[in-house]
Amino acid sequence: METLILSRIQFGANISFHILFPTITIALGWVLLFFKLRFNATGDERWMDGYRFFVKVFALTFALGVVSGITMSFQFGTNWPGFMETVGNIAGPLLAYEVLTAFFLEAVFLGIMLFGFRRVPGWLHTLATFLVAFGTTMSAFWILVLNSWMHTPAGFELIDGVAHATDWVAIIFNPSMPYRLAHMLLASGLTVAFLIAGLSAFRFLVNDQDGSARLTLKTGVVMGALLIPVQILAGDLHGLNTLEHQPAKVAAMEGNWETDTRVPLILFALPDEDTRENRLEIGIPGLASLILKHDVDGEVPGLNEFVAEDGTPLHPPVSPVFWSFRVMVGTGLAMLVLSWTAAFFMWRSGRARLNPWLLRGFVAMTFSGWIATLAGWYTTEIGRQPWLVNGVMTTAEAVADVSAPMVLTTLLVYLAIYVGLTLAYVSVLFYLARKAAKGESTDPLTPSSGAAEVQLVPAE
Amino acid sequence: MDFSFTDPSQWLPVVFAGLMGLSILIYVILDGFDLGIGMLAPLGTDAQRDRMIASIGPFWDANETWLVMATGLLLVAFPAAHGAILTALYLPVAIMLVGLILRGVAFEFRVKAPAPNKPLWNVAFFMGSLMTALSQGFMLGLYIMGLEWTAITVSFAALTALCTVAGYAFIGACWLIIKAEGALQEKAVLWARTGLAGVLIGFLAISAASPLVSPRIFEKWFSIPEIILLAPLPITALVIALVLAWALRHLPDPVDRFRHVPFVGGSALFGLAFLGLAYSFYPYVVPEKLTIYEAASAPESLMIILLGVVVVMPMIAAYTALAYVVFRGKARALTYY
Repeated sequence: METLILSRIQFGANISFHILFPTITIALGWVLLFFKLRFNATGDERWMDGYRFFVKVFALTFALGVVSGITMSFQFGTNWPGFMETVGNIAGPLLAYEVLTAFFLEAVFLGIMLFGFRRVPGWLHTLATFLVAFGTTMSAFWILVLNSWMHTPAGFELIDGVAHATDWVAIIFNPSMPYRLAHMLLASGLTVAFLIAGLSAFRFLVNDQDGSARLTLKTGVVMGALLIPVQILAGDLHGLNTLEHQPAKVAAMEGNWETDTRVPLILFALPDEDTRENRLEIGIPGLASLILKHDVDGEVPGLNEFVAEDGTPLHPPVSPVFWSFRVMVGTGLAMLVLSWTAAFFMWRSGRARLNPWLLRGFVAMTFSGWIATLAGWYTTEIGRQPWLVNGVMTTAEAVADVSAPMVLTTLLVYLAIYVGLTLAYVSVLFYLARKAAKGESTDPLTPSSGAAEVQLVPAE
Repeated sequence: MDFSFTDPSQWLPVVFAGLMGLSILIYVILDGFDLGIGMLAPLGTDAQRDRMIASIGPFWDANETWLVMATGLLLVAFPAAHGAILTALYLPVAIMLVGLILRGVAFEFRVKAPAPNKPLWNVAFFMGSLMTALSQGFMLGLYIMGLEWTAITVSFAALTALCTVAGYAFIGACWLIIKAEGALQEKAVLWARTGLAGVLIGFLAISAASPLVSPRIFEKWFSIPEIILLAPLPITALVIALVLAWALRHLPDPVDRFRHVPFVGGSALFGLAFLGLAYSFYPYVVPEKLTIYEAASAPESLMIILLGVVVVMPMIAAYTALAYVVFRGKARALTYY
């Protein structure tokens, strides 16, 4: 394989591995703040138990997010030097603001949040929890500004092939930013809702007397049930925004080849780019037109609109976008069904008790947020191809002149590490949940990154 | 070169080169002590190792952020240089990243994974720290050598890699002298003595080798009047080295006086070495190829970043100081919460 495709796989692998962890920490920070505030307000120890358990999950997740994120910042240079050379004047300040306003804030206050409970006044500990949550959200804001700008660039001019900023407000509030940011923050909320519900359900299955798990299970279920309809609405709005700015991406998502009215919503098909048609297509007539144009007779652009005179496709690869989109929507629908069913039974029985089969369902869905988030990212990012910055530079123009075997070697090493760490992460979460359910202390006998207990009075 | 303080395209690159240099220096000192402790960890007993890691637990994350800051500044202020440097250093960067990943996750996994797995994560913690230190030193050496891959430059880079390991182990031991007590503190003093010897040998080797292989660096140091104007730099370094050697002979103190001296002195030594390197390279950001002026981003973009830096940097300094105050004193075991 050549350097371009290997570099794309490598960056895709790195960013996929990375996003698993911020997608949890962004929303989990706010949930921890919620637990802390509930404890402050009620004095109910179960909230603090929930805080103590999930703060460990947070610490582990945060560490994985930090180390995988550092990889990203270097790979801009090692694999994609053309990106910063062309759009560095825009991307640079956005990334700089992420480091300045988010990274230091979260990293410094994380120490106090994890280990400072007995060392600082209660209000400062609560403030630290807030600042960590705020920092992760700021980080998401800046990176989504940049990512959105790559999809819908605005507020710049090209001088000698290099982008120069002309209007920072237009750059930051570029057309797709509000939709993408909302969609991602909600995705983070849902990922965490199902993570909390899944781990709590697991604790419940191990020991149904686990009082803290009952409270956190309810939190997860209610959070999931409330967020999923909002997410479906936000996703729809984001899709309409994409239709306006990147119609080729939507055509690939829908697997729609010809521009037409009354376009069907395709449930299953095998898109074939050679013959430029779908095989084994099953669709609902007119529904794609209805969803995208809110009118059955609405005209929806097809992929054949985006082909050069010589037959070169100017649209993204169809199958990966088509299928990623369906995986995302399918996972979202499963979330809707499970969380609403559980919320219904909780509401009817008036207490946070669930049938073991529903509990098992939540355990199975513990990491469903990861699947939906990754599938959503693949949809939008592969859907941006062949462009790196839509209409400004192609991915091929940015790639580094590094030998393919070199990229392949490092790719294989990264992949091995990522698979190993993901497995270790998932198994450790369930291990911690099992220990917590059995009432064993999950406080390690030895200090973790946060566990430094330091004497208040220096030893003079 | 005509230099104008009123022309932003003239002074902004200098300001950003300064900020980047400062970030690298802060990183080398702060994550240097974390990585040093990582490499010293196998030398302690099991309980001592836990205490050593507890001494850096609340800090390592923020310390590592300075690396992101430094690469971030290189990336945003000198995009062309970022590409050129990192493509040339592709392999050592990859090794460093793997090292940083292993080290960072081992902090958490070694105490959260089931107990039988702890030795495995201890190995990951050590190996990750060692790989990071070696590759950072290797990159420094190759950078000094103008980013060329030849037998001589790679040998020189191998030398700087070993010196960096010694330097980080030294500053890590100095940190431990502040944070540890009893037997562990005594061990730390011994490690610091050995480390200091390694650091001094390394400094001499690099100071001798760089002018020999680079005529331009030779010219910058060994001509009149530079050699006289620059004399305070090596002389101050020598004085600090003597103070360090004296302090380490008398530590640990029965009532724990002077415990900060090695760390402060060691940091000063790193600072001086850094000034020397910065002087050798100015105005180049890619040695002999690209100056900071040629590689800089557009002034309007740099100005926007500078605005953020001026507003936010004091806040970062303030809350970093808060964290060090909160976690001051001796590192102790051992409850999570």
